[in-house]
Parts: sequence; C-alpha cells; structure tokens
Amino acid sequence: MEDLAALRDELIGAVEAAGDLPALDQARVAALGRKGRITDLMKTLGTLDAEARRRAGQELNALKDAVAAAVEQRQVVLAGRDLDRRLAAERVDLTLPVRPERPGRIHPISQTIDEMVAIFAEMGFAVAEGPDVEDDWHNFEALNFPPGHPAREMQDTFYLPDRADGARMVLRTHTSPVQIRTMVSQKPPIRIVAPGRTYRSDYDMTHTPMFHQIEGLVVDETTHMGHLKGCLVEFARAFFQVDDLPLRFRPSFFPFTEPSAEVDIGCSRAGGEIKIGNHGDWLEILGCGMVHPNVLEACGIDSTRYQGFAFGMGIERPAMLKYGIPDLRTFFESDLRWLKHYGFVPLDIPNVAFGLTS
Amino acid sequence: MKFTASWLREHLDTQAAVPAIAEALTALGLEVEDVADPAAALAPFRVARVIEATPHPNADRLRVCRVDAGDGEVQVVCGAPNARTGMKGVFAPAGSHIPGTGIDLKASAIRGVDSNGMLVSERELGLSDEHDGIIDEASLPALAEAPIGAPVAPLLGQDDAVFDVAITPDRPDCTGVRGIARDLAAAGLGRLKPLPETPVAGDFDCPIGLAIAEDTRDACPLFVGRLIRGVQNGPSPDWLQRRLTAVGLRPISVLVDITNLFTLDRARPLHVFDAARIGGGALTVRMARNGETLAALNDRSYTLAEGMTVIADADGAQSLGGIIGGEPTSVDETTTDVFLEAALFDPARTAATGRRLGILSDARYRFERGVDPDAVLAGAEAATRLILDLCGGSASRPVIAGAVPDWQRSVAWRPARTATLGGVDVPRDRQVAILQALGFTVEAGDGDRLSVAVPSWRPDIAGEADLVEEVLRVEGYDAIPATPLERMGTVSRPAVGPTQRTERRVRRTLAARGLDEAVTWSFLAAETAARFGQAEPGLTLVNPIASDLGVMRPAILPNLIDAARRNAARGLADVGLFEVGPAYRHAGADGQDTVAAGLRAGPGGPRHWDRAPRPADAFDAKADALAVLTAAGAPVANLQVTQDAPDWFHPGRSAVFRLGATVLARFGELHPAVLSALDAAGPMAGFEVFLNRVPQPKAAKAGARRPVLTLSPFQPVDRDFAFVVDEAVSADAVVRAARAADKRLIADVAVFDVFLGAALGEGRKSVALAVTLQPVDATLTEAEIDAVAQRIVANVAKQTGGTLRG
Repeated sequence: MEDLAALRDELIGAVEAAGDLPALDQARVAALGRKGRITDLMKTLGTLDAEARRRAGQELNALKDAVAAAVEQRQVVLAGRDLDRRLAAERVDLTLPVRPERPGRIHPISQTIDEMVAIFAEMGFAVAEGPDVEDDWHNFEALNFPPGHPAREMQDTFYLPDRADGARMVLRTHTSPVQIRTMVSQKPPIRIVAPGRTYRSDYDMTHTPMFHQIEGLVVDETTHMGHLKGCLVEFARAFFQVDDLPLRFRPSFFPFTEPSAEVDIGCSRAGGEIKIGNHGDWLEILGCGMVHPNVLEACGIDSTRYQGFAFGMGIERPAMLKYGIPDLRTFFESDLRWLKHYGFVPLDIPNVAFGLTS
Repeated sequence: MKFTASWLREHLDTQAAVPAIAEALTALGLEVEDVADPAAALAPFRVARVIEATPHPNADRLRVCRVDAGDGEVQVVCGAPNARTGMKGVFAPAGSHIPGTGIDLKASAIRGVDSNGMLVSERELGLSDEHDGIIDEASLPALAEAPIGAPVAPLLGQDDAVFDVAITPDRPDCTGVRGIARDLAAAGLGRLKPLPETPVAGDFDCPIGLAIAEDTRDACPLFVGRLIRGVQNGPSPDWLQRRLTAVGLRPISVLVDITNLFTLDRARPLHVFDAARIGGGALTVRMARNGETLAALNDRSYTLAEGMTVIADADGAQSLGGIIGGEPTSVDETTTDVFLEAALFDPARTAATGRRLGILSDARYRFERGVDPDAVLAGAEAATRLILDLCGGSASRPVIAGAVPDWQRSVAWRPARTATLGGVDVPRDRQVAILQALGFTVEAGDGDRLSVAVPSWRPDIAGEADLVEEVLRVEGYDAIPATPLERMGTVSRPAVGPTQRTERRVRRTLAARGLDEAVTWSFLAAETAARFGQAEPGLTLVNPIASDLGVMRPAILPNLIDAARRNAARGLADVGLFEVGPAYRHAGADGQDTVAAGLRAGPGGPRHWDRAPRPADAFDAKADALAVLTAAGAPVANLQVTQDAPDWFHPGRSAVFRLGATVLARFGELHPAVLSALDAAGPMAGFEVFLNRVPQPKAAKAGARRPVLTLSPFQPVDRDFAFVVDEAVSADAVVRAARAADKRLIADVAVFDVFLGAALGEGRKSVALAVTLQPVDATLTEAEIDAVAQRIVANVAKQTGGTLRG
C-alpha cells in the first residue's frame, strides 16, 4: 500500500484548496469518484490476504470518511461565500416608495350611526327601518298632525304624486313614521331606534334637502319622563365622551308627544368655535317627549295601559360637533379629499366594549 | 313674537330682572331666541358734570376737562367744540366699550396730557350720526334734572329690553303679551294684573247692517261690530308708536295702530273699516266667489276662490276674513266714522287660505292657531274705549252676528299621573295651584280622578297628558330626576338584524377594498333617471328644490359617476367610490331597494417606479361585486353570470350575477355614450348589488356551528387540459363541464389560459384548465387518473363541443 498518510494530506489539501464549488467537485471526484484515487486503492484490496485486506480496508474507509467530511465542510464554506456574493448583488434601494395601495374610508354618517346604535344597543334598543317614500298617514296623520294643522308647516315637505287610492305621498320629513310602522307591527314592550334618510325642502348654509335622523321609541307600561331623561343623558355623555356633560330639557311642542321637550347640551361658543362640555352655554340637539295617547291609539295600542317615550335626533349635527366638521353641505359632495380627511378606516368599528371612535 | 320688558310689566307686576325673565320664559317652553337689552350696552355711560374746561397746552382744538361722574374727579382730553365749564354730559370711563365706534377705551396721554375716559357724542353711543359735538343739555334736556353718576340709558329711552320668543304652534294664547305674562305669573315671576273692565255704553244703534251667510257659520261663528262716529285719525301718541316700533312694527295711524296693539297685546286681531266707504252700508261674511278679487292693504291684488272667507259689502269682497283687510274700505287721515270688527275665524280655513294666497300676516298667524272665542266681545269693548280715548267720537251699541261657540270643556285628571307619566312627584296642592294660576278650574271628581275645566284660550289642552305637561313645565323640567332605563337582561342583545348587519359588513368590506364611501342625494335629474331606467311617474317630486334633484333615483351609479366627474374637475382623476343606500322602483313601501354600488374611474393609481397604473376594467367591477355578494352571504358558488346587463353598461363588457330569474348584481364597464351624456370622461367600471334580493339563509338549527371538516390524508393531483371550443362558448361552460365529469374526485377547476389564434381556426379559442383531483379513500393510480381525465375530455366534448388541443 502507498503511504496513506501522504495521500490523505494530498487529497484533503486539494479539497481545502478548492476556490469554488466546481473546483471542490473536481477534488471530490479525484478522490472519491469512480476513477478516484481512493476508489482505485479500494479495487486493489482483492489482491491482499484476509488479514491484510481487513486492516487496509479499515484504513482506506477511514481515509474516505475523512476526505468526505472535508468536502462537506468545504462545501458549506463555499456555498456561504457564494450566497453572500449573490445577496450583495441583490441589494435594492429601500428608500424608494412602496407600491401604491388605496385605503378606503367609511363616511362619517355611517360611522356616527354605528356609534349611536352601539350605545343604544347597550340600553336594550333594537334597530328598526322604514321606507323613505311615505304616505301622509304614516308621516303625519298617525303622528297626530291633523290635516291643515300649522305644525305641518314646521316641516317643508317634499310631495310625490298621489297614490292610486288617493293617499298623499311624501318623502318622510322625519324618521318618526318608523315609530308608527313599529307600533302597528309589534306589541309592547317596544324599544327601538331607527336611523335613516329624511327630507325637507330647505337648502342653505345649515340645511340640506336630504339629511339623516335617528328615532328612538320605548313603549311599555311604566316608562316615564324620568327614564327619557336618564336614557338621553347616558347617551349624550357616552357619544360625546364627556362624563359631566350637562343636558337641559325645555318644554316644547311636537304633535306626537305630550309632554314634549327639546334638549340642549352644554357647550361654549368662545372664539366662534363650539366646544361640547360643561361650559355654561347651551346647544339644542334633539326633540323628544312622551308618546301622545292619540299616536298609541292610531296604532291600535291601548293608551290607558301603555305609555312610553320617543325622541328624534339629527345625525349630521352631532357628527359635526364630535368630529369638528365645519360645513353640513360638504357631507354630500363626495369630495375625495374630504372623505379621506373626515372618513374612518373600515376596521374602526364602533363598539362600547372596545371603545367608540375616538 | 317680540315684546318689550315695559310692555310685559303692563300685565305682570314683577320685580324680576331681564335675565331672570328670559330664563323663566325658556323654562316654560317659551323659548327665548334673543334678548336685546340696549341698557346693557350703555351700562358704563353715566351722567357727568364738567367742573372746568381749559385749553389744552399743546393743541388749539383740544380742551382739558375736569369731570365729575359721581365717583371722584377725572381728567379727560376732549376735542368737541361744545365742551365747556359747568355743562352736563355723558361720560364713559377708561375700559368702556364704545358701541358706535367699536373701540375699547383706554387711559392714555393725548399730546402729553393724561386722559382717562371720554365725553361722548350720539354717534359714539350708536344712537345717531350726530357727531358735531358731545351730548349736552341742549341735545338731551333730561340731563338737566338727572343726578351726577346716574345711568344714562333711561334718559335716552334705551332701557327697555326687547324679548324675541319662539311660540310653538300649540300656544295661541302666547301670541299675545298677556298670555306670556300669565305663564310667567304661574311660574312665580310676579302677579298677573287684572284687565281693566272697559265696557262702553253705546250712544246709538249701529246703522251698519251685519250678517253671516248661512253657509259661512262654521268659517265665522261670531262677528262683533261697532261704529264710532266723529273720530280724528292721525299719528299715534308717542307711547303707542314707541311700543310698536320697539317690536319692529311701523306705526301707520292711530286707528290702525290700535288694531295692531290688540293683536300683539291680547292675541286679539281686529280690523277697522272706514264706514263711509262701506258700499250699501252693510257687511256680510260669506264664502268668496271663484274669481272674485280683493285689492289688499299690502298693495297687492288677490284672486279669490271657493273656500275662502270674505267680508263683503254691496261692491264685493272688502276683506279676507282673519288674514288681511282691503284697500278701498281702509281708514286714513280723512276717516271720521270707523267701523270696528272683532270676529272669530276658523283656524283650518284661515291657514288654507293664507297658504294658497301666500299671505303671512299677524292676523293669520293668530287665527290659524286659534283666537280665544270668549274674548271677542271684551276685545271689542277695550278697543272701542281706546279709540274713544285717542281719537274722540261716540260709539254705537255693538252689533253682533252669530254667537260665541261652545268652547267649554273639561278633562279628567289624576294628579298621580305627574309621577307615573312625568316622572316627578309634585304635591297635589302645588299641582292644583299651578293649574289655577294658568286659568284652569279644578273641580271635584270621584276619588283620584278630578275634573279640570279648560280656559277658553287653551285650545291645545285635550287630555290628561296635556295637564301633566302644564304642571311639569311650570314646576320646571329640571325637577324631573334622570332615571336609568331598566336593563333588559345583564348582557345586551344584538341591536341589528340580518339586513343591517349585512349593510354594515358590505360597507366595511368595500372600504377595505380601497373604495371611499359616499353619501349622495336620493334624487337626481329627470333625464338622468330616465337614462338609468326610471319610468315610474309616482317617483317625480311635485315640488323639487331644484330641477336636477327632481326624481327619486333608480340607481346609485349616476350619482357616483357625477361625483367622479366633479372630483376629476378638481384634479382628482383617480376615483374609487361606493355608496350603500336606497334606489327606488315605485312609491310603494316595497318599492325601495337597498343597493351597494361602486365605481372605479381614472388611471388606477399614480405613476410608480415599479408598476404602471392600470385603469379599472369589468373584472375589477366583478371582483368588487363578488366581494359584496360574499359579504352579504349570497351563495356565490351557485350564481350564474349572464351577459345581459342594462344598457347603461358597455354591451360587451358587462354582465349580471343571477340566481335563476333573480338578478342579484350587475357589473361592468360603463357605456361610453352614457358617460359622455353625463359629461364624464371614461373609462369607468362599476357595479350594483341588490342587497335586499340576496337570499338570507334560514337560521340554521345548529346556530353558529359549522359542518364537520374532513381532511383527506392523500396528496392531491393536478392535471392540465387545453380545450379548443367555439369563441361563443363561455369559459364558465367549459369549467362547469369539466367539473361535472367527476363530482367526487374533482376538487377544483381553474382557467389558467385563454388563447385565440389563427392556428386554431376562425372563430375558435383555446381554454386551458388546471384540474385538481383530491383522492378520498386511497392514493390514485395512474389508471384511475387517466380514467377521470378521459371522462373530463368526454364531458367537455359533449357539453361544449370542445376538443382536446393537440
């Protein structure tokens, strides 16, 4: 046998000298390939006697393992070096801007309605709905507006052609007809809110021909005006996120409630800017009262047994106050800059447990 | 309703200051919209004496005055030529706001001499343009008697606050100062003064005939007239002129001013005719004849119609009952005999007539709310007394047509309802006292149920709830304790039903896909509505606010297109908008659809170093529509796509999603002709999903529980196929045919290439499918896979005529 020690030095030296992966492979083949030096020596083992063959075999196998290990080691080193080189070549300028994405926004009216519904849900209210095109009975008469009553003129009504049966058709001037639809179709106890579109023929700095309201209705056997106050105080404080927000209830008149009230919240107008809170001045936000017995009776509910309260509140105005939106008319202009600025990210879903929009 | 503090005090004996009165009014439901208190602005201005005026050492035109304004001597530099030793004037100390110039006065040195205030002119007080000199005894004689240091506002007649109160339509009694005084007295602000008893014995029988036509008794139940002979009409005395001008009325002549005074003071409109001008010497209240005309006192002529109530003489209608008088019979300075009218007119008819003719008058305002039926005679007596006092003459005995209608009624009342309905305990005696102070009579009843007689001036009181409100508003709504609503269970239940939950999910899905939510008008222009399929006449507004907002929208897309156009005009061409809201098919309660519509327009993004923007196309709209349908819970896998969208879409690049005959959604590129008709630049792609048409799965028995998930342990196998079919065959048909070949093993079929080329032959296309086989029981053998593949090829051939591409 040759001097295996010298061979070992030679072969491992060749492996370690390999400068790249192809050179390493050449060194491996030269040692371990089918015609490699170690393979050649293995072939000579058959010529030896048993004892010599056993010993030489062991030595050759040890040599083979050592060379294989050296190849593997060298391979890791060379592969790592190659990877480093490639990665260095792949460098990009990460100060460049990302690919454009367009984030969409939720309109403040939807967000405000979701917030209000979340608060009223905590108080056990369910959401009810009704159509925008109403007949005179639902919008006025059942709500105790007799024909010709001056109170009808408080609301600049949009009219549609009369229905085939002669009924006068209108765009609902308030969400109150949903009260009627609810009381006609459900039995007390009733506890609903009804957000939706409403219409009045008025268009200036502070009025738009279409706007939104949310109606509230509670009918049972015991709810009184103190509950109306309690409900609205809790709502207003939660919505405006002012714990000591004062509310002022003033006697007023609506045909469909008796007693009736208008509600002011505390504010300040210092510097021409309205700020909500306990600041000594007042701002009207809604109308309310105890459901008029005539309304209950019009819906087939026994007014000697049942009573309750109702309220109606605009959506846009509280939204303007809460989010600092200065101009009502901009709500309906679909100006992308406005929507981006005042809109809400879609995952900001109002919820009392996780916090309303802040 | 405007009135002054001094006017109020004619009826109310009170020590209350203006702010306290204002607060009480609002608390009573008589909402104070404004209190103009001229005295407040003039509060710093005091009566002063100039002890000595000497020339300014450094300026010829200025004088240095030593002024005594009641609290010590002050030095003032004054430029007025009439500043002189010993005069009395009006002084404002440093720190005062000067209303006429808007300047806040500061202590300063003028040409080296200290000046600590100002002697003011009328212009500086904001009273007139007079600026030739400071106010002195010559221009304000009252100064002579006034003590030094006294406030100057009363001397100027500027101490009378003007209240402006919003009267709700249920309170006709408060359209007169007396009614307001009564409410304030009930609230403890003072004592209601009794009205002077003023009957005037007549000297002769009224020669003017008066009748109410038989068919007009409902419209005018009572008419009281009185002739006063020998009057002298001219300008009113100062107190009357001041009273009217303070509330914004123009004094006309004493006779007319008296009628206006009673209108505002007692909510008792009156009218005066010049008796010499009454044709035929008799008046009849009757219904107007169609086409009859009236030359009214507002210098306009009205053509009357049936249903209107007129007061007529032999020459025709001379006055529109309860609304406005006529020019030909009106009084002027030549009038010597005046016929006074105090009548009752039906509220509904008055309102209808006023509305039809577009006449707003102080009389109409009161009659349409309801004038006190029991005060007609008293009003006529009091007015007669005032006419005699101010104009002289002698009065006839009253002539009366009709009768006082029966107004007396009682309401059953349980004092306990103030607690059970109003939510606040008010002692029974206190409640009774409140009602009595308001003019109600509380009569005995059986047990807890009392009977309350309603005064003639309160037509609004009809039931127990009204009395609860009376007690509450006098007691003050502040007294009602806020009571939490009783909770219904400890954990609140969901507030929204499935449809509202769907709408909310759809909104947030679309926003998450990069579209901004818009809220647009429910109405649009008639021609646009027609272009988008609106043919229902019942949805055209009778009184639109503008012609481009005249018809209820049949679709949301036109509004979004218009919004995109407006944004593009502002330089924001890249638009993605959606709206979830109503679209209208007819005026019935079920004629309103809830639609989610969206639009993508513009280049599709900014220019970017890595990726070129791409305008949205029909497939973007399809993806949006699918996202909405998925969010809405539609059975998306079962939907068919058919290319028969309505004609506002591109005919070749639009389609609908349908379930059988029901169209759930439509989408595609908008028709270029429609866009150009709306002045919008395309291309644009949009969608409309009818959320209310999406079938709602019936509430599953298992609730929120999902079906069991079975996962196969075996490797799925992918095989690709390319079929050549007629160009008209839809890709969807090929996919469905392939899928149907083995419903158990085929888990998915995806189109990965579509190719049209001459090599395939005219009118042919290649559709390449990637089919995924999911073994269920065991790994598939090659033979099994080949068998499925053959079934796929056979089924596609059978269903679509497609052949495997060689």
